[in-house]
Amino acid sequence: MTATTTLTASGRRSDRAIGWLQGQLPKLVLSPSLAIIFVFVYGFILWTIVLSFSKSKMLPLYQFAGLDAYDRLWSQPNWYVALENLAIYGILYIGLCIVLGLLLAILLDQRIRIEGVLRPIYLYPMALSFIVTGTAWKWFLNPGLGIEKVMHDWGWASFTFAWLINPDRAIYTIVIAAIWQSSGFVMAMFLAGLRGIDQELIRAAQIDGASAFNLYRRIIIPQLRPAFLSAFIVLAHMAIKSYDLVIALTGGGPGNATELPATFMYSYTFTRNQMAVGAASAVIMLMTIMAIIVPYLYSELRESGRGR
Amino acid sequence: MAVSVQATQIGTARFWRVLIYTTLIVFAVMYLLPLWVMVVTSFKTLDEVHEGHMLALPEHFTTEAWLSAWGTACIGLTCEGISGYFWNSIKMVVPAVAISTLAGALNGYVLTKWRFPGHKWIFGLMLFGCFIPFQVVLVPMAQMLGRLGIANSTTGLVFVHVVYGLGFTTLFFRNYYEAFPNELIRAAMMDGAGFFRIFWRILLPSSGPIIVVTVIFQFTNIWNDFLFGASFAAGESAPMTIALNNLVSSSTGVKEYNVHMAAAMIAALPTLLVYVVAGRYFVRGLMAGAVKG
Amino acid sequence: MPFLEIKNVKKRFANVDVLKGIDISIEPGAFLVLVGPSGCGKSTLLNLIAGLDAITEGDIHINGARVNDLHPSKRDIAMVFQSYALYPNMTVAQNIVFGLEMRGVPKAERERAVAEVAKTLQITHLLGRKPSQLSGGQRQRVAMGRALVRQPQVFLFDEPLSNLDAKLRVEMRTEIKRLHQAMKTTMVYVTHDQIEAMTLATQIAVMNAGEIQQLGTPQEIYNRPANIFVAGFMGSPSMNMIAATLEDGADGPAVTLAMPGKQPLRLPLGPAARSLARYGKRDVILGLRPEAITDPNGADRSGNAIARADCLVDVVEPAGSDTFVVTRLADVEVIARMRADADVRAGQMAPFAFAMDKAVLFDPESGKRIG
Repeated sequence: MTATTTLTASGRRSDRAIGWLQGQLPKLVLSPSLAIIFVFVYGFILWTIVLSFSKSKMLPLYQFAGLDAYDRLWSQPNWYVALENLAIYGILYIGLCIVLGLLLAILLDQRIRIEGVLRPIYLYPMALSFIVTGTAWKWFLNPGLGIEKVMHDWGWASFTFAWLINPDRAIYTIVIAAIWQSSGFVMAMFLAGLRGIDQELIRAAQIDGASAFNLYRRIIIPQLRPAFLSAFIVLAHMAIKSYDLVIALTGGGPGNATELPATFMYSYTFTRNQMAVGAASAVIMLMTIMAIIVPYLYSELRESGRGR
Repeated sequence: MAVSVQATQIGTARFWRVLIYTTLIVFAVMYLLPLWVMVVTSFKTLDEVHEGHMLALPEHFTTEAWLSAWGTACIGLTCEGISGYFWNSIKMVVPAVAISTLAGALNGYVLTKWRFPGHKWIFGLMLFGCFIPFQVVLVPMAQMLGRLGIANSTTGLVFVHVVYGLGFTTLFFRNYYEAFPNELIRAAMMDGAGFFRIFWRILLPSSGPIIVVTVIFQFTNIWNDFLFGASFAAGESAPMTIALNNLVSSSTGVKEYNVHMAAAMIAALPTLLVYVVAGRYFVRGLMAGAVKG
Repeated sequence: MPFLEIKNVKKRFANVDVLKGIDISIEPGAFLVLVGPSGCGKSTLLNLIAGLDAITEGDIHINGARVNDLHPSKRDIAMVFQSYALYPNMTVAQNIVFGLEMRGVPKAERERAVAEVAKTLQITHLLGRKPSQLSGGQRQRVAMGRALVRQPQVFLFDEPLSNLDAKLRVEMRTEIKRLHQAMKTTMVYVTHDQIEAMTLATQIAVMNAGEIQQLGTPQEIYNRPANIFVAGFMGSPSMNMIAATLEDGADGPAVTLAMPGKQPLRLPLGPAARSLARYGKRDVILGLRPEAITDPNGADRSGNAIARADCLVDVVEPAGSDTFVVTRLADVEVIARMRADADVRAGQMAPFAFAMDKAVLFDPESGKRIG
C-alpha cells in the first residue's frame, strides 16, 4: 500500500496495474464459478430447449422442427402414465412424509429419554443411496421371499403382498420406500422448528388453560409454517427428480406401470432414440420445478435483505 | 380431593407416556427393518435365503456372499465383483469433494466479504443451479464431455460433480461467512493483509464446522449419485452405484439375493460410517441445504 | 387475613436446592416485589406461585385455598412475561381473549371484555394487528391486556419491563403503579432492578441464593436493611461500607475510622443511637448511603446527628442534578453525594457532613445489622 509513494513514473504505472489487479481479485476468483454456472446450467438449459425444438432422434440434429417434439410428447400414452404416477407419488410422498415427520417430531419433543438413540435411527436412511434403498426394499417386498413369506412363516397363510409386480399397485411401493428414506429428514426439520419456539409461549398457553390438543393446533403448529414450506419445497423437488429409486426398485415396471417423468426422459433420450421428445419432457420437468422454486427463492432472498 | 385429582393426573400422564414411547419404538423398529434384512440376508447361504424368511438370523453364518460381491460377482460382462467399481467411486469422490468445497469456500468468501452491486442476483443465479432437474442438462453435458474427450471417464464424472456441486457448497459457505464478523476482516486489512491472506489466515482456520458439513454433504451426494454415473461413466470407470444396480437388476441367471444384499451393504457402508461418526454435521448440512439462502 | 401465603416452600432441581425455605405472607391488594440478583430464585418462586413448576416441599395458599396441586389455569391467576409471550400467529384481539376462549366464554361476552380492556389500555386501534407489527411498548400493553381481561385474583409479573428501553421503562412503570391503585388487585412482581422494586412495591422481598434476606416495606428495606447484602443491593450508588470501631463515649456511642497515616476519624452517632452503648467496644461495618454524606450547606438541617470532617477529595463526578465526590476513608473508597454547585476540587481537602442518624451498623462476621 505504501509502495506507490516512492517510485518513478514508470514504476508507478506497474504498481497501479498491480493495485488494479488486487481490486479485481474478488471478481476474478468468483468468475470461474460464475462462468461455469452460466455455461453448464443456463447454457445447457438453453441447449436442451433448442434440442426440444429440433429434429433430433438418436443424435442431435439441429434442424428446426417447431413444436413437433412437444406434440409427440403429449400424444404419448406413456407420458400421461408418467404424469399420473407423478401426481399420485408426489401427493402421497409429500403429504405422508410431512404428517409422519410432524408426528415423530412432536412425540420426540416430549422430553424422551432415548431421543439421542431414536433420532439417528429415523434419519439414517437419508445417508443411503437411492439405489441401496431400492435394492433393500425390492428384497423386502419381494413377492415370494419378502414380507409375504415372513407372514406365512408366522402363521398368516393367506397373506399376500405382491404389489411390486402388480401394475396397479407398484407405484405405491415406490411411495413406501421414498417415505422411509425422507421422513427422518422432515422430522429433523420440524423438531428444529419445535425447539425454536419460545418456552414462554407454552407457559402463557398453560395459564390460559389450553389443552395439549389446543396448544398444538392453535399455537405451535401455526408457528411451524417456515418448516412446512421448506419441507414441501425439498420434497416436491425430490419427487420431480426421482429417478434412482424407481430404477432400482421397479425399473419403471412392471411394463411401464411406474413410469415417471424422469425415467420417461431417460428412456426416450438414450434408449428409444427420441432425443427431441426426451428434451421436451426435460423442459416440462424444469418448468414444473421452476414454478415452485422461483417464487420461493425470490421471496427468501428479498426477505433476508429486508430483515437486515 | 386434591389427592384423587393428583392420582388421576399421574395415572393418565403415565398412560400417555407409555403410548408415546411405544409409538416411537415401533416406528424405530420399522425404520431399522430394511437394514436388518439387508445385513442378515448378506450373511446367509442362498439355500437358507430360500428356505427361511428374510427376518430370521442366519443359521449358518457365512461371509461367502460378501466375498463374492467384492471379488467374483458378475456385473455386465466381467465377473470380478464390485471392488473395481468401489475404487472408481473413491477416485471420483475425493477430487470432486475437495475441489467443489474449496471453490465454494472462495465463492462464499467473495460474496460476503467483498460485496459488489448485484451480489444478491449473482448468488440467486448460482443457487438456482442447485434446484434444476438434472435431466435438463444430460444431453448437452454428454455432448460436451464427448467433445472434450473425457466422456466415460472418471475425470469427466469429477468434472460434472464439481460443476453441479458448486451451487450447494457456495450456499453453505456463503451463509456461514455471512455471520462471520466483518470487523475481523477490516482489522486484517488495516494490518495490510490482502485478499488471499485474509482467506487463508483468518477465515479458513475458523471454518472447521462448515467445512465438515460441506464435505459430508458433498461426499454423501456424490457417492450416492446414480444419474450422472449412468449417463456419463457407464463403462469401466462406472461408480459403485451403477455396478450395484447392474448386479441387482440383471435378469439373467439365478438371483443371488445374499450377494445382492452384500453388495448393497458395501455400497452403503462409507456413507453410513460417515453418518454414524459425524451425524450431527450431516443433519446440519441437510438443514442448511433445505432452509434456503 | 393474609391473601397469599407461602409457607416454608422449598424447590429442588436435581440435587440443587434452588429455594431453601421461603416464608411470605401478604395482605389482599398488596404489591409484592421479589427482587434479587440473577439466580437468586425469584423467577422460580414466581413459577411455583403460578403453578408452572411443582413445589418440592411446603405450601402455597391463595385466598385461603391450598393451590399446590392446582393446574395454572385453575388458580385464577394471570401472568405477564418478560418477552410478552404473545401468540405470533394471532391478532391482538385474539391474543387477549385466548384464555377466555379456552374457558368456553361465549363470543359476545369475549368481545365485550376485549373492548373494555382495550379502552383501559388505549390499544383499541391495535386490535386487528399481529404482534410482529407492534412496538415493544405496545406489545407490553397487549400482554397486560391479556392478563387484565381474566380479572384474576392475583397478577404475576416476570420482569416485564426488562426488554424495554430506559424511557419506556419509566413510563410503563408508572402505568403499572396506576393500574394497581385503580384495581387494588394483589400483584406479585419479579425484577432485578431495585428502582422498580422501590417505586412499585408495598412489600419487598429481597432474595439471594434461594433465601429471603429481608421482607418489608420499601422504607424498611432502604433505611433499616437487615444485612450487608440487602444494604448493598438496594440503592444506587450502593451504600458505602466502611470498617470502624464502635465505642461509647462522653457524647454517646460513636464510630471511629482508622485513617492510615492520619488521625483516626471519630463520628458520633447522635442521641438516637444511645441504645447501642450496650454493645461496648467492638468492630463494626459502618453503612452510610451516599446521600447521607454531603457538603455542609446541603446537609439536612433537621438531622440531629451531623458530624463534620475535612477529607481529601479523590475524584469529582458532576452528574447534573448532583455531584458525586469520591474520597477515601479507612482505606476504602467512599462516595458522597453533594449539591451540584458544591465547591470541591480533586486533590484538595473539602468539608464533609455525615448524617449519622442515617447510619446503619453491621456485624463484620455475620453481616447482620446491629441495633
